[in-house]
Amino acid sequence: MNLLWLQSGGCGGCSMSLLGADTRDFFATLEDVGVKIVWHPALSEISGREMIELLQACAEGKIPLDMLCIEGALLRGPHGSGRFHMLAGTAQPMIDWIIRLAQSARYVLAIGSCAAWGGVTSAGINPTDACGLQYDGEVAGGLLGSSWRSSYGLPVINVAGCPTHPGWILDTLAALANSEFNTFGAEDLDGLGRPRFYADQLVHTGCSRNEFYEFKASAEKASDMGCLMENLGCKGTQAHADCNTRLWHGNSSCLRGGFACINCTEPGFEEPGHAFASTPKVAGIPIGLPTDMPKAWFVALAALSKSATPRRVRENATADHQRVTPAVHKPANKSRPK
Amino acid sequence: MTRLIVGPFNRVEGDLEVTLDIADGAVRAAFVNAPLYRGFEQILPGKAPFDAMVFVPRICGICSVAQSSAAAQALADAMGLHPANNGRIAANLVLACENLADHLTHFYLFFMPDFARPSYQGHSWFSAAVERFKALSGSGAKTMLSARADFLRLMGLLAGKWPHTLALQPGGSSRPLQAVEKIHLLLLLREFRGWLEQHLFADTLENVAGLASRQALHSWIAASPQGDFRLFLRIAEDLRLEQLGRATDIFLSYGNFPQADGVGRFFPAGVWDGKPHALDESAIAEDTSCAWLSGGAALHPARGDTLPLSDKPGAYSWCKAPRLAGRVLETGALARQVVAGQPLLRALVAERGGNVYSRIVARMLEIATVLPEMERWLREVRPGDPFCIFGNLPDEAEGCGLVEAARGALGHWLQIRRGRIHNYQIIAPTTWNFSPRDAAGTPGALEQALVGAPVGENETMPLSVQHIVRSFDPCMVCTVH
Repeated sequence: MNLLWLQSGGCGGCSMSLLGADTRDFFATLEDVGVKIVWHPALSEISGREMIELLQACAEGKIPLDMLCIEGALLRGPHGSGRFHMLAGTAQPMIDWIIRLAQSARYVLAIGSCAAWGGVTSAGINPTDACGLQYDGEVAGGLLGSSWRSSYGLPVINVAGCPTHPGWILDTLAALANSEFNTFGAEDLDGLGRPRFYADQLVHTGCSRNEFYEFKASAEKASDMGCLMENLGCKGTQAHADCNTRLWHGNSSCLRGGFACINCTEPGFEEPGHAFASTPKVAGIPIGLPTDMPKAWFVALAALSKSATPRRVRENATADHQRVTPAVHKPANKSRPK
Repeated sequence: MTRLIVGPFNRVEGDLEVTLDIADGAVRAAFVNAPLYRGFEQILPGKAPFDAMVFVPRICGICSVAQSSAAAQALADAMGLHPANNGRIAANLVLACENLADHLTHFYLFFMPDFARPSYQGHSWFSAAVERFKALSGSGAKTMLSARADFLRLMGLLAGKWPHTLALQPGGSSRPLQAVEKIHLLLLLREFRGWLEQHLFADTLENVAGLASRQALHSWIAASPQGDFRLFLRIAEDLRLEQLGRATDIFLSYGNFPQADGVGRFFPAGVWDGKPHALDESAIAEDTSCAWLSGGAALHPARGDTLPLSDKPGAYSWCKAPRLAGRVLETGALARQVVAGQPLLRALVAERGGNVYSRIVARMLEIATVLPEMERWLREVRPGDPFCIFGNLPDEAEGCGLVEAARGALGHWLQIRRGRIHNYQIIAPTTWNFSPRDAAGTPGALEQALVGAPVGENETMPLSVQHIVRSFDPCMVCTVH
């Protein structure tokens, strides 16, 4: 399948994340996945006029465009002109190119939260009037409009994340390119157009701090070992992603790096309404509790588990290395049965 | 005189367009346009100061840690805080990892593939260049990406993920390292060293870092046909890359990797124009004459602003023009090494200034210099001692953070009023290198470097121009933050 990848109002970090994929041979993996790169900004040889001719050929259907991957937000400003990003050498706004190319694409993928929702580029006063391909923050619409469908009948596939995980990209591309193996359709996307294989998971699952969570033994400051939810702003219990089971770089995640999940796969994550690294509370109770648990039960269980917290868990929670180790089981001084 | 608009450039981070005036087969004038505006300086005001740590790494996916590091230092400066020693080391390791990974990405993915283009068919080195560096199929990029992914496991262990970590803190790092993890990291560094010594250098890092003169470099090239760096050196000699891309020959480095005393840096800060000068940060000013941005007289970034004016007459870029005491500076690995006194690079610059060749040599020598340091720093980590310390951020404060990204000097200037970000200004490395003209009409570093570049009769995207542009390892997304 032919893949064309373009960047607009973003940081390029999703491409960088992809290049860090845990592969022995990145290019062979793409081939195995069934993807042929027609053009990628970090990988391809041609520049300038040759590249513009290639885009033209893709837009006119002379080169079949199977997968159009867009990285970065779509910049509609100033005043709807799109001039905040003119594609070099063309004197045309990037958003016009993307609208044209999307019409001839079999699948369109938003790579990362900027292309999906607007993301960090749309934060604050959103100076560039940035949006996603089919969302403007949480509101359906965006650059292409909510009713837009690709020539294969799918909405934009939102491989959201900031950055997105290389595995989320490769697994999505593989699923699309190998439909005879496992068809990928609308039912494989969640309510926000994200591939369900990772978006139906919670970051909380597999978190190495889960024992601290169970006992509500909480970290109080950066570098503490305890759970980051109560004080340090962690949204892992609500965030849709498999970061703690898939892991990053084969060995880690935000939580394992000692900092809070900021829910970066979610529309609007860039404006949480509170400082990122602190948990907003009402009457001492965090307001962002797990979404599918009755609040009263959560509070009751939290109180119970806090009172049952082992000393080991309680003391280690606010330390930067293990102060109390698990007790060593001492066998009773009995002779073994013969 | 004919005018040629070239772009888009790929294999640079972000979008770039260059307008060339050409006569008699060479560039006579160049105008560099960053055609994208993003507006981080308009996004940050009003936010809680520590939220900068979430936003600024997202200025750039390839200089992400450098951006975090500049913000952490600016906040620490505002708090009057010195990081915990373990945290300082961890932050240095993470930044060094990003810098070296970026150097490899630049060499194998961004810069070298141009020598495997059909235009160079017939040169003695061409088939070797195709085999190693051809875009999307070169064996060099293939093995580099695998080695780089393994090297980035360091980011996992020390920073959770790359890009866009929140592990870097004003007071150190959120990720304490356990004793056994020190061993894991040491093995990981050894493995990466093995790859560099086998594929890139075909020699020990120490031998490469110790190259001290042009003569030593020549003997080193002659000593073996092996290694991708030597292949570059042979190509460079054949194509006379040393005659291409000379800019201002005034070099700026903010210095990198703070040392235990909290003052010194492993690569020192300074300016080099044939003689060493101390860096006077207060002499930096940003000119917006040719940028689609508001502004009158050039301002120091602590007093500057960044407001788009898309119809401004005479403007041709979203990039500002930073100057140091009115002078156009070049920044990057070459500047860092020349300021730090690396003898080979001082000699190369003394003879032919900064150019396509010396910029690449500097990156390679920096890789060979920094990795052994990383091994040494790691030994100094003391598990059990604090990785992070804490202080109070005053409601009214100012701070400045100066670091070196792979591609050069990166500065953040922060003002806090009533406990919120009041102003946040950023000068990225490529803002220095790819600036437009200033009020005096003086072209930026790349604009100067392109003058004289040969242009073939039918070239719409002159190869010499591409080599020069990419030799700076530009990051346009940083530039147009």
